[in-house]
Amino acid sequence: MSQTATTLKNENLVEEIVTRYPPKVARKRRKHMVPVKPGTEQTIAANARTVPGIITQRGCAYAGCKGVVLGPIVDMVHIVHGPIGCSFYAWGTRRNQGKARKGGQNFLEYSFSTDMQPDNIIFGGEKKLRKAIEEAYELFKPKAMSLHATCPAGLIGDDVIGVGREMTEKLGIPIIGFACEGYKGVSQSAGHHLANNGLFEHVVGRDDKKAGKFAINMLGEYNIGGDAWEIERIFEKCGIDIISTFSGNGSFDEIAQAHNAQLNIIQCHRSINYMAEMLEDKFGIPWLKVNVIGLKSTSKSLRKIGEFFDDAKLSARIEEVIAEEEAAAEKELAEIRERLQGKTAMLFTGGSRAHHYQALFKDLGMKTVVAGEEFAHRDDYEGRKVIPTIKIDADSRNITELKAERDPERYHPPKSEEEIARLKEEGKLSEYEGMLPDMVENSILVDDITHLEQEMMIASYNPDIVCSGVKDKYIFEKMGIPSKQLHNYDYSGPFAGYHGAVNFARDIDMRVNNPVWKMIQPPWQKRPMIKAEMMVETEKEIRA
Amino acid sequence: MAKEMRKIAIYGKGGIGKSTTTQNTVAGLVEYGKKVMIVGCDPKADSTRLMLGGLAQKSVLDTMREEGEDVELDDVLKPGYGGVMCVESGGPEPGVGCAGRGIITAINLLESLGAYEEQHDLDYAFYDVLGDVVCGGFAMPMREGKAKEIYIVVSGEMMAMYAANNISKGIVKFAESGGIRLGGLICNSRAVDREQDLISNFAKELGTQMIYFVPRDNMVQKAEIHRQTVIEFAPDAAQAEHYRNLSKAIDGNKMQVIPKPMPIERLEELLMDYGLFD
Repeated sequence: MSQTATTLKNENLVEEIVTRYPPKVARKRRKHMVPVKPGTEQTIAANARTVPGIITQRGCAYAGCKGVVLGPIVDMVHIVHGPIGCSFYAWGTRRNQGKARKGGQNFLEYSFSTDMQPDNIIFGGEKKLRKAIEEAYELFKPKAMSLHATCPAGLIGDDVIGVGREMTEKLGIPIIGFACEGYKGVSQSAGHHLANNGLFEHVVGRDDKKAGKFAINMLGEYNIGGDAWEIERIFEKCGIDIISTFSGNGSFDEIAQAHNAQLNIIQCHRSINYMAEMLEDKFGIPWLKVNVIGLKSTSKSLRKIGEFFDDAKLSARIEEVIAEEEAAAEKELAEIRERLQGKTAMLFTGGSRAHHYQALFKDLGMKTVVAGEEFAHRDDYEGRKVIPTIKIDADSRNITELKAERDPERYHPPKSEEEIARLKEEGKLSEYEGMLPDMVENSILVDDITHLEQEMMIASYNPDIVCSGVKDKYIFEKMGIPSKQLHNYDYSGPFAGYHGAVNFARDIDMRVNNPVWKMIQPPWQKRPMIKAEMMVETEKEIRA
Repeated sequence: MAKEMRKIAIYGKGGIGKSTTTQNTVAGLVEYGKKVMIVGCDPKADSTRLMLGGLAQKSVLDTMREEGEDVELDDVLKPGYGGVMCVESGGPEPGVGCAGRGIITAINLLESLGAYEEQHDLDYAFYDVLGDVVCGGFAMPMREGKAKEIYIVVSGEMMAMYAANNISKGIVKFAESGGIRLGGLICNSRAVDREQDLISNFAKELGTQMIYFVPRDNMVQKAEIHRQTVIEFAPDAAQAEHYRNLSKAIDGNKMQVIPKPMPIERLEELLMDYGLFD
């Protein structure tokens, strides 16, 4: 791209981009791009329908429900009710890792599908679904199952929730139906919400096993490339007990105990904040937002947790761990940072990572010039303060907003009401300020980026690396810009915590400083591929 | 040279009398020595009841479900009154699955089995389609030139005309790609005021004709109870003669148009002009 790079100021670039669109599209898309001006109040449009034809990166409600939230739970059989494609293309591609608990089961490597045929579409597929459930039960005897509706199942009115209820009774294990047809909502986000509702209604609260002193749940951590294991390592070292993780390497039994925790920490705010809210309403467990991507931010998150528990011994241990871990990581990072210092990155991810990874790039001396999310809502960009002002449209209304009632027996706030209110007031609980405040001068924030916007931004900023997913990875590489997938980590990871930061630095270094990118000169730049003569006619001549 | 088969689809509001009208018309055509096939496109599978003397037909989809891909034409084609070939597409039980997809599958299967091929020497194929064209599947006979001519059964009742107008919109949509045309409106009288005037004017505004006015006659009900067409049950009855006339009109019909559906306001005006005549 370097041959045509023209660097524009962020706002000029955004204005230039929208001139390429038809007026109606331009009006819409303009609201989804923010030329960042730090220190000012800026607003962005989000969670709106994608304009057809713009080449979005978004997925569907099924991807959000089965792929993201339910799928990583290792000891449940997740049955997809639909044609085989929906299962096949979601089979292991997200790289959420998991291990069986002692004596337990792990079904992550399987793909369960009803493989709907034309016959099932015409005459209804519920019978086949029931049969699939029975077969899976016979073969594996799992402790629970989830059923996921795809578009065609929903179109013909197959009732997966009803079948779940019926089979729960018949087989005596929880079988939870999710009506997460792909066409629901505007993106994956709808599926996350449905999944949260189902897990909360049917799994959370089943087991009242008493928890330890510093017991937390890790929400919105999906164990891509083993991230959750690195976080567990660090927390364990500090003496913090993770009861359950939603839902990376998750387990049915652990999620059933989640309500016994004293605190919930949220990594991916977008996909799981519903769960945190419901756990607080029903069981009185407060939540705080963390970021365990990046050295400094991991340390900061640990200190926030220490501050919440307000225990001298725990805080001291946390400081020891931070000192030890940071020093060890720094030893590895120092040399790599020298090579990465001053480089620029673009981040295009799902709903939260484009924020989280800015912290890690900052640790490496790099600057994020463009960041975008596929399915974030305004609160993920601008902070939770905007929630009361978000307009609820028909697409969001389609998804049930579950309101949890206080549990008269099991409501157990870990601190007095006044204290929790004070911490909320101070922004230490229930607060997320969003991505915008962390973005730098002359950068751009984009929601549901289009292919054209991506190309033009790359041409203008000429970044050293673009982090996105498999849908566009090779487009960037064809442009001569290295790319790192941040959805599945390109067979690498973990990237979370201290060890993860070092892994990530190595991966980025290998890409950004790889000499191969300087050797790419396409043939048409060396010699003309075809020779032709051009004749110019005036408009008058053409019409004649 | 093989003769050109006319492919006709009968549409209209649910309960208007499409199946009865179709089968009586076909019975009339049979009397002139025409070879006809009726394809029932309704999950209820009752489009050939009068031809077969009851619901004796095994539907295409039922057969497919039982036999898999190995369906043979003889399994689903049953000769009825006067040698009329009868097929029912069939479909799922109410409230389950997708009947529209079923119709599409059944029609495609009939085609691939060669139901329309020359050895059958057909003059006519009639598609009798479920009343309320609820989804794309039921528009299938209009698409890809499966049927070339559409007749809409209508009466002087508001909702019947409303449905006819909507079906015309469907015809316009497929007229370009599928080459289908509207052959006319068949008025199946409900004995409302000035029905004949109302429907001929309605037809004129749609750019078509009222091809025949079938008066209301209890003989139709009697014949139905005996599982027969009027032509078979009471060949000398006046009503039998009306159906013969309708058959003749369709057989000789040269007026094939792309209709001009009207806005709902205009439809209501028409009703005011003819219906509110005190």
